Amino acid sequence: MSADPRNRTGAAPAPAGAAGVATPAGAAGAAAGDALPQTRRDLVPLLLVPLLALVALPLVGSGSTWVTLTVAGLAMGMIVFIIASGLTLVFGLMDVLNFGHGVFIAMGAFVAMAVLGPMAGLTTSPSMLANLAAVFVAMLVAMLVAGAIGWVFERLIVRPVYGQHLKQILITMGGMIIGEEMIKVIWGPDQIPLPLPQGLRGSWLLGDAAVEKYRAIAVVVGLVVFGAMLWVLGRTKIGLLIRAGVQDREMVESLGYRVRRMFVGVFVTGSALAGLGGVMWGLYQQNLTPQMGAQVNILIFIVIIIGGLGSTGGCFVGALLVGLMANYIGFLAPKVALFSNILLMVLVLLWRPQGLYPVARR
Amino acid sequence: MTTGAAMRDVGTTGATSAAAAGGSALLRLAGVHTHIGAYHILHGVDLDVPAGRTTLLLGRNGAGKTTTLRTVMGLWKPSAGTVEFDGRSIGGLDTPEIAQRGIAYVPENMGIFADLSVQENMLLAARGARTVEAIDGERLRWIFELFPAMKRFWNHPAGLLSGGQKQMLAVARAIVEPRALILIDEPSKGLAPSIIQNMLSAFRQLKAAGATILLVEQNFNFARQLGDTVAVMDDGRVVHRGAMAELAEDEALQQRLLGLSMGAHQ
Repeated sequence: MSADPRNRTGAAPAPAGAAGVATPAGAAGAAAGDALPQTRRDLVPLLLVPLLALVALPLVGSGSTWVTLTVAGLAMGMIVFIIASGLTLVFGLMDVLNFGHGVFIAMGAFVAMAVLGPMAGLTTSPSMLANLAAVFVAMLVAMLVAGAIGWVFERLIVRPVYGQHLKQILITMGGMIIGEEMIKVIWGPDQIPLPLPQGLRGSWLLGDAAVEKYRAIAVVVGLVVFGAMLWVLGRTKIGLLIRAGVQDREMVESLGYRVRRMFVGVFVTGSALAGLGGVMWGLYQQNLTPQMGAQVNILIFIVIIIGGLGSTGGCFVGALLVGLMANYIGFLAPKVALFSNILLMVLVLLWRPQGLYPVARR
Repeated sequence: MTTGAAMRDVGTTGATSAAAAGGSALLRLAGVHTHIGAYHILHGVDLDVPAGRTTLLLGRNGAGKTTTLRTVMGLWKPSAGTVEFDGRSIGGLDTPEIAQRGIAYVPENMGIFADLSVQENMLLAARGARTVEAIDGERLRWIFELFPAMKRFWNHPAGLLSGGQKQMLAVARAIVEPRALILIDEPSKGLAPSIIQNMLSAFRQLKAAGATILLVEQNFNFARQLGDTVAVMDDGRVVHRGAMAELAEDEALQQRLLGLSMGAHQ
């Protein structure tokens, strides 16, 4: 709406043009003299994050409270990003609206609970290292299980409805219901507590501000996932193939690459990321319900709509905005807290109707 | 037209045992029928593409030229008939497998990845290379010589190139690695005369290097300068096969096969 559409890169804030690969000697020098319009990085959406934080500072008043809220918001945003990143990959590359994504999140969380249970020795140890080791194992298993379920889900449920959005919505919602009932069959219908390991509870003090340890860890994990995704998409040939496959699947196949196989890989990866996000979310909430997948589903769809339906960078910024907004509004005006995400989505879409970083479609 | 060593290996891959025989058919279509949905487009196409030669596929709009190329590529599946490449049937294979046997395809819309840079487009076409550095430097220099714009805009998004430059990129992608057969759909379409000259000289170099090319073309003036052999299609069939020189000489035949509109291009 407001900016030149060419300025908006699809995959990530890293510009599609410059990302990727180094220049052979000589070519770069020759490029300098010519006057093709350059694609510029579109940083405005990225600036929304610090902007929102700055706007909140005078409203919150106390500096230490603001730091606590901001870290909490960033942590929540990072966890939401991890959960939503898989969906954004699947939507961006495969154009599949997977409303069953919540299943992988819930499965991840329940598997983590099942894995952490027997490792009580490690989780009750006050040593943070031992705790982290246990959580790491739980994450690994959750990702494997969620990835495996994703593989079956793609084969049985998604494959017959490629290219048909309405059917995708209906059948993946059906898959979601089945997944939820399976969780009830295995773990029962009741709420199950998932306490944080001993050493991850409590806070670090930064001056007057208290920063919960787990939130700091969540920020780190989120940054690692985001960095890894940007690296794979922007700097590897697989990422190049994924970005090309989004634009013109037929041509990628004509160049001799099996796009189908790549799609399955992306779906499984997306599911595994949802499993990882499920572990993070479960430990954040500290209790699990079979319905948690469906609850988070709404949040992640808001995030990927804000982000631009399929853009990794947009999803990242959208998730941080959602996290910060929820925490600031929760503190300032708790009564409208539930409404804050919808408000954010409305505002973003009024400004950029296609989301922060719209993914170009044919 | 002065490159030496780089040109020589253009048409050579493992798949060209037939090419050694010189002139035997590298690609052979026999009685190929293709349906697109409810429409019956190809009605028994018989076509031989001799190794080491440039074969022109001519015909009016809607004759089935593009569908023939897409059927060879596996983008449409033939409903009857055989498609043989290098002596083996490829009729039922998926597109990636067909491409991996050594066929490059330049579609009518060029299939450029607009959001990716020129070098990223090239890297995708170079299946054997994981990074740009791994692309055969000799070939790359040759391509830069053929199409200097590729070097100049190496780091630019391909979507910002002009129509002619996009077409150059599309052809450059098809030759970045040696391929046994190159299918090209209307490379002269919508291009300025100077760029058409540029394309012509590039194709002549490819020919000189022994590449096997199947070229769909509407522009007869362009076609006559390149073709060794020619096939003319009408209504989903090949209605004439022969040497290009023969057709270029015989105006009455041109009239009959291609109509006045083709003559008007000259």
